[in-house]
Amino acid sequence: MSIYLNKDSKIIVQGITGGMGAKHTALMLDSGASIVGGVNARKAGTTVTHKDHDGNDVELPVFGTVAEAMAATGANVSVLFVPPAFTKDAAIEAIDAELPLIVVITEGVPVQDTAEVWSYLQGKSTRMIGPNCPGIITPGESLAGITPHTIAGKGPVGLVSKSGTLTYQMMYELRDFGFSTAIGIGGDPIVGTTHIDALQAFEEDPETTLIVMIGEIGGDAEERAAAYIKDNITKPVVGYVAGFTAPEGKTMGHAGAIVSGSSGTAAAKKEALEAVGVKVGKTPSETAALAREILQSL
Amino acid sequence: MEFQAKQLFAKHGVAVTEGIVADTPEEAKAAAEQLGVVVVKAQVKAGGRGKAGGVKLAKTPDEAFEHASNILGMEIKGLTVNKVLIAPAASIEEEYYFSFLLDRSNRQYLCIASVEGGVEIEEVAKTNPDAVKQIAIDPGAGVDAAKARAIATEAAFPEPVFEQAVEMILALWKVFVEEDATLVEVNPLARLAGDKLEALDGKVSLDENASEVRHPDHEQFEDKAAADPLEAKAKALGLNYVKLDGAVGIIGNGAGLVMSTLDVVAYAGEHHGGVKPANFLDIGGGANATVMANGLDVILHDAQVKSVFVNVFGGITACDEVANGIVGALDILGDEATKPLVVRLDGNNVEEGRRILNERNHPLVTLVDTMDGAADKAAELANA
Repeated sequence: MSIYLNKDSKIIVQGITGGMGAKHTALMLDSGASIVGGVNARKAGTTVTHKDHDGNDVELPVFGTVAEAMAATGANVSVLFVPPAFTKDAAIEAIDAELPLIVVITEGVPVQDTAEVWSYLQGKSTRMIGPNCPGIITPGESLAGITPHTIAGKGPVGLVSKSGTLTYQMMYELRDFGFSTAIGIGGDPIVGTTHIDALQAFEEDPETTLIVMIGEIGGDAEERAAAYIKDNITKPVVGYVAGFTAPEGKTMGHAGAIVSGSSGTAAAKKEALEAVGVKVGKTPSETAALAREILQSL
Repeated sequence: MEFQAKQLFAKHGVAVTEGIVADTPEEAKAAAEQLGVVVVKAQVKAGGRGKAGGVKLAKTPDEAFEHASNILGMEIKGLTVNKVLIAPAASIEEEYYFSFLLDRSNRQYLCIASVEGGVEIEEVAKTNPDAVKQIAIDPGAGVDAAKARAIATEAAFPEPVFEQAVEMILALWKVFVEEDATLVEVNPLARLAGDKLEALDGKVSLDENASEVRHPDHEQFEDKAAADPLEAKAKALGLNYVKLDGAVGIIGNGAGLVMSTLDVVAYAGEHHGGVKPANFLDIGGGANATVMANGLDVILHDAQVKSVFVNVFGGITACDEVANGIVGALDILGDEATKPLVVRLDGNNVEEGRRILNERNHPLVTLVDTMDGAADKAAELANA
């Protein structure tokens, strides 16, 4: 088992012909994920060719619209590598086509565009992950995004993180245990899938026995997650929050990572998580050690 | 800054008196001669200007000159005042508060309005929270005339200015969406003599992503004069850099990992004389020799930096490319590179990356296997 993504996921790539889209289509195929086609209105009817995991050529059809791609391939996941100016329209197109899962990798999307997409999504059947995220990997089964598939294999840890490279770092630290699913939800002020969504899904996933939650400064997502954990999560949760030494008023790379006033500090988030029984590490390695200790006792 | 917010207000039809921006006391005096009784207001991107002595009433042009002389060059919350706004003094009957903002927690927009007091809104929110109305706005639906009217009704704008309030709400909404703001605030929103509603002071925060994608004109609002010179240089090189106040220069890939690196270095510093990270620098994915050289160039020109910690987890980025980047950067910099580099590489192609660095065996470069170990080494070198 896993969350959101498994071996039956059929993935299309919106922006499959662009630089990032082409590069990561190849990497996703190499991971063994089932990539069934792509979308680019201007190149509809053409194909792109990449190698699959076994080194064989795979010819992928390029469709004019998401709906056409779904009808022809049975796709149920889309990964978006479209430029930020066009991300809103691409996402709305996928939502209109009732695609169950869209993973928006694109960095630099205007936040009002994301707000509009989120509003548009309400009451519809699509789940959005991102924007500005590394995507989601269920090791050994599927990959929708840019997370390297070679870091860690399948296992009992469910990982949810705002940050891409911290996802990789934590997967590396706990590679001897492996992961049910690792999901990078993105560092923007508004994202489609939150820590809470992932916590809920991991709680319901029989394969996940421990959840690692990585947060960072800014906003109150971690505090909300803490409140949710208190009432809803029975599995052990280990946490890490990046940005203890970040100064107030400076944005640290992610648009969402800014400490304003007294809210959004790493210390406040750590405190909120510890108050509900989550063990919080001061560093990635300490966090991994805490997770390891629990995993060994289970 | 206030004068820029007011420019945006005026552009979208918000009732506002823009005033005159002055860079010198002479200009302030000339402006006052034109406008009569004026307020001289420090222009910095910070609140609490009045309390800091940066806002003064001037009854005569000479007083305007004097106040401007005192305020220009003043520091408010660490920011130097380089401009003052000369605004005509207004006769205020009542002060209100109004804002539109991004409500990230609820993934929507929020309108906050109060007809009780303007400038002391935080105080009102504490003592009389019912007087501060919070109205959710669906980003898909936005604010139309009916919604603006509903907001004005809920906020209870008094009858004599009610219609003006509706118009102002619509105009402020235009500022919010058409400029891609994350905050549009009017405080105070004043009812002047003769029941005229006017935005007396304002603040606009713009979304940098949107400015990049569709508002090239927003570049004019960047406060280049106030920016740290190293930050300005990094920005010109397209680097994601924030100057901090420590001795260990930091380069990493990915915002989260770099933030984490700062923490790990600060903890390591506790064992090495309290040394701290000198900066945040995220070189992002696909770092090549040029990006690495640019990053090192900025960091090595920080006089406070004593050692540099390069922390890369090769996800998509291959470690051999990073290693080549470091070697290439050191070659490009030549004798300019004088500070020790501690490098930690993991992930994609790490063996090859380490091999390249070992083979080159540069006297300034120390390769350490773990993030914690490398942070400790970098802190130790910075404290040497």
